[in-house]
Amino acid sequence: MTMNFKPGRWNHHVDVTDFVKTNITPYVGNASFLTGPTERTKAVWNKCLEALAEERANNGVRSLDPSTVSTITSFAPGYIDKNNEVIVGLQTDEVLRRAIKPFGGIKVVEKACRENGTEVDPKVKDIFTHYRKTHNDGVFDAYTEEIRSFRSLGFLTGLPDNYARGRIIGDYRRLALYGLDRLIEAKQDDLRHLTSPMTDERIRLREEVMEQIKALKEIKILGEQYGLDLSRPAETAQEAVQWVYMAYLAAVKEQDGAAMSLGNVSSFLDIYIEYDLAHGTLDEAHAQELIDQFVIKLRMVRHLRMQAYTDIFAGDPTWVTESIGGRFNDGRVKVTKTSFRFLQTLYNLGPSPEPNLTVLWSPQLPEGFKDFCAQVSIDTSSIQYENDDLMREVRGSDDYGIACCVSYQDIGRHIQFFGARCNLAKALLLAINGGRCENTGTVMVKDIPVLSNDELNFEEVLANYKKVLKEMARVYNDAMNIIHYMHDKYYYEKAQMAFVDTDPEINLAYGVAGMSIAVDSLSAIKYAKVKARRNDIGLTEGFDIEGEFPCFGNDDDRVDHLAVDLIYYFDEELKKLPVYKHAKPTLSILTITSNVMYGKKTGATPDGRAKGVAFAPGANPMHGRDKNGAVASLSSVAKLRYRDSQDGISNTFSIVPKSLGVDRESRIENLVTLMDGYFVKGAHHLNVNVLNREMLEDAMEHPEKYPQLTIRVSGYAVNFIKLSREHQLEVISRSFHERM
Amino acid sequence: MAIKVHSYESLGTYDGPGIRLVVFLQGCNFRCLYCANPDTINPQGESKATDPQDILRMATNQKPFFGKKGGITFSGGEPTIQAKDLIPLFRMLKKEGIHICLDTNGSIWNEDVKELLTLTDLVLLDVKEFNDIRHRRLTGHSNAQTLETAAWLEANEKPFWLRYVLVPSYSSFREDIKALGAHFHPYRMIERVEILPYHTLGVHKYEAMGLDYQLKKVPQNTPEELEEARILFETYFIKVYVN
Repeated sequence: MTMNFKPGRWNHHVDVTDFVKTNITPYVGNASFLTGPTERTKAVWNKCLEALAEERANNGVRSLDPSTVSTITSFAPGYIDKNNEVIVGLQTDEVLRRAIKPFGGIKVVEKACRENGTEVDPKVKDIFTHYRKTHNDGVFDAYTEEIRSFRSLGFLTGLPDNYARGRIIGDYRRLALYGLDRLIEAKQDDLRHLTSPMTDERIRLREEVMEQIKALKEIKILGEQYGLDLSRPAETAQEAVQWVYMAYLAAVKEQDGAAMSLGNVSSFLDIYIEYDLAHGTLDEAHAQELIDQFVIKLRMVRHLRMQAYTDIFAGDPTWVTESIGGRFNDGRVKVTKTSFRFLQTLYNLGPSPEPNLTVLWSPQLPEGFKDFCAQVSIDTSSIQYENDDLMREVRGSDDYGIACCVSYQDIGRHIQFFGARCNLAKALLLAINGGRCENTGTVMVKDIPVLSNDELNFEEVLANYKKVLKEMARVYNDAMNIIHYMHDKYYYEKAQMAFVDTDPEINLAYGVAGMSIAVDSLSAIKYAKVKARRNDIGLTEGFDIEGEFPCFGNDDDRVDHLAVDLIYYFDEELKKLPVYKHAKPTLSILTITSNVMYGKKTGATPDGRAKGVAFAPGANPMHGRDKNGAVASLSSVAKLRYRDSQDGISNTFSIVPKSLGVDRESRIENLVTLMDGYFVKGAHHLNVNVLNREMLEDAMEHPEKYPQLTIRVSGYAVNFIKLSREHQLEVISRSFHERM
Repeated sequence: MAIKVHSYESLGTYDGPGIRLVVFLQGCNFRCLYCANPDTINPQGESKATDPQDILRMATNQKPFFGKKGGITFSGGEPTIQAKDLIPLFRMLKKEGIHICLDTNGSIWNEDVKELLTLTDLVLLDVKEFNDIRHRRLTGHSNAQTLETAAWLEANEKPFWLRYVLVPSYSSFREDIKALGAHFHPYRMIERVEILPYHTLGVHKYEAMGLDYQLKKVPQNTPEELEEARILFETYFIKVYVN
């Protein structure tokens, strides 16, 4: 039976956006319609809780298959509790069993297996060592000495050269709306039009489209393994959810990219749910069940990682980011009942870091929805918020999702090349040390004049810093071009790209870390007297500071504008450089959890920070330096210009519940007002934690009491007890906004 | 004239409605035994002489965060000590459409204070004790003017919140609370009554300042005590909150 939706352009072209715009039923009411979990959902989730306990008991990896190379079809179907599963499909044949994906790098897989007490199958190792080259090998074959040195000394870190880049979001909705046959036909049609002249680019694109077609054919087999006919469109709400999940599942079977985000499926699925509700074939309890069970599956996604990866991305994240809410460019809201149903999973199944629920905020969203979001944040600390008005205005599309942590992606029409980040604080030390690494003395940038005096002169330091940043941008760009060239060549995301337009627009997502340290250091040099203490070979060991200086995070333009200028300058330098596949460069101020590792690799800085001390995450002011309360702190971050950092500006905000107000009602009201204000001021992103410091301290000592304690870090959420002790302490040391 | 500012809290959620920029001013005429901010008492104490324009700019910058209910609150210390210098600032804030709260002990009375109160949207009036002898023991001053200020607010139709710090065995007497309730019960301008629990979060400041904290032996309120006080207040007032 076919579902009868309002027709439009989507009938003749692959255009999910048009389908959503034509058929959506916005919801402006409150949360009172929501229901709890069904018995089936409880049964499945209880099985998962057992498996999660086993995973924790087994050092974070419940089980691992070291022999089967994961592809879309290589694993037999797996179930959690077959009789109670409404939505089926697992990455491997068993829940929380991890798979190897050696196309990214055989050495990485080998190491990850060994760290988890097993050896990769010798046959696999032989194939990927002698017969089949990997992404990791390709990158290191092409890397220059210069890139290696910037990488190993901690100027460029966390580059996706020894793990898969991720960040690409397929428009997984397409599978439900069109079915495979229609999608294959469309891709075949695209391929027919990719004709002469056969330039490098054209040949590459033809090969890529052919790969995508093969992936679609494999997804058909995947469906058959689970008894599903994915060749046709979904015909019920249950099928729509199942189809979307199958498309996503294919992606996470084939790839282990750092962030494997979902997009913005909730309001799309709502159209099917509304249809079935209207036709009496579904009730609210079962609508919620579909979403709960879908979310259970998303919570069970796992990738095999090595320890070095965990150092920068702590807590075993997968970034199954789902974007909820927002508005269309015509002013209609995109909030639907299913937007609420996704948030409701945090009650029905308890708090969780995944999927990474991201609310696209606008003060214009319905009050009932805003209140519910604030309430869920206060209760679970599991949501992040991004400025919908700002992103639509600057980037254009009103059918976008968030890739990874904070990054806009026009779903199905854009993709992203992930670029990790460079260390702005360490770069500043190059400017003060004549271009030499402050730890090793290695000359990183040539022709940086030695400073005339140990008492630092602002103009002199700034002139050097600009030269350093220019060179840093060049090396960074080189590394990015090599990495993405090789990733396409050896570990192409065929399953995800099969759900993206042929030849999409690409953003190259550069990033920076240590911004507030660099900026406070510049402020110290400018407004106080800073004298460098140097060792016997002239490298800075520490700084003596006399007098006061304004710090980022106090709504003080003297220093906040240094931040704005720094980001503008670096972004402009990056934009001057040629990029692989003509991608457009963007920049993020985002660290994930690498602020700890970056800090470790960075010597003492002129702001008074000691050697090795962790940076503040993302665009956050440094811990304890925001003296005028949370609003002043938020106001400083809001000044950073999204236009200069279009990959996103991450701010993590932690507040104790009492500070939000005297009772629950006023806390919800104040949190809504706070976010309205922050986003009206042009800020981009906010992680909201409403937690007591004591609870986190207790969770460190008694993790067994807090199996689901979730906390937002930088652009994603983690299960607190999965963090290393070092990361836990860093989270606790952050500014918690408390009443005076 | 510069205004003596001790510090700011830009996310004030306890000193008036909504989200507020709270400006803590330096200097107080009371010597409350339980004072949680002893560093704000001395008018010559460490503070920043601040141009009113800077405060205005902060408040204007913060305006999007105030929402429908919030605004600026002047607290302290005792803000009315600087009434004369605050008047022009209050006028400018009003011009910007910013809602003004004044958190005061109501004990200072002169033409400037009167004008300041006229410019204020909502007064947070701290009544420390109703029994004057106990008020003197607690604060070193009489409560007579505070009660007169309250009467003035009532007569001039100036809305206010009544705030009462519940200090065990210093201001927790049932008969005093009853008398206070009976006295204020007819007031139409009291929009809300707030019971502020006694806390010892400021004790470390006494140590840092080399001062003796005299209420060392006084325990913080138990939830039962707070609930009891709330019920008692509710026999006289409609909206009673425990902060």
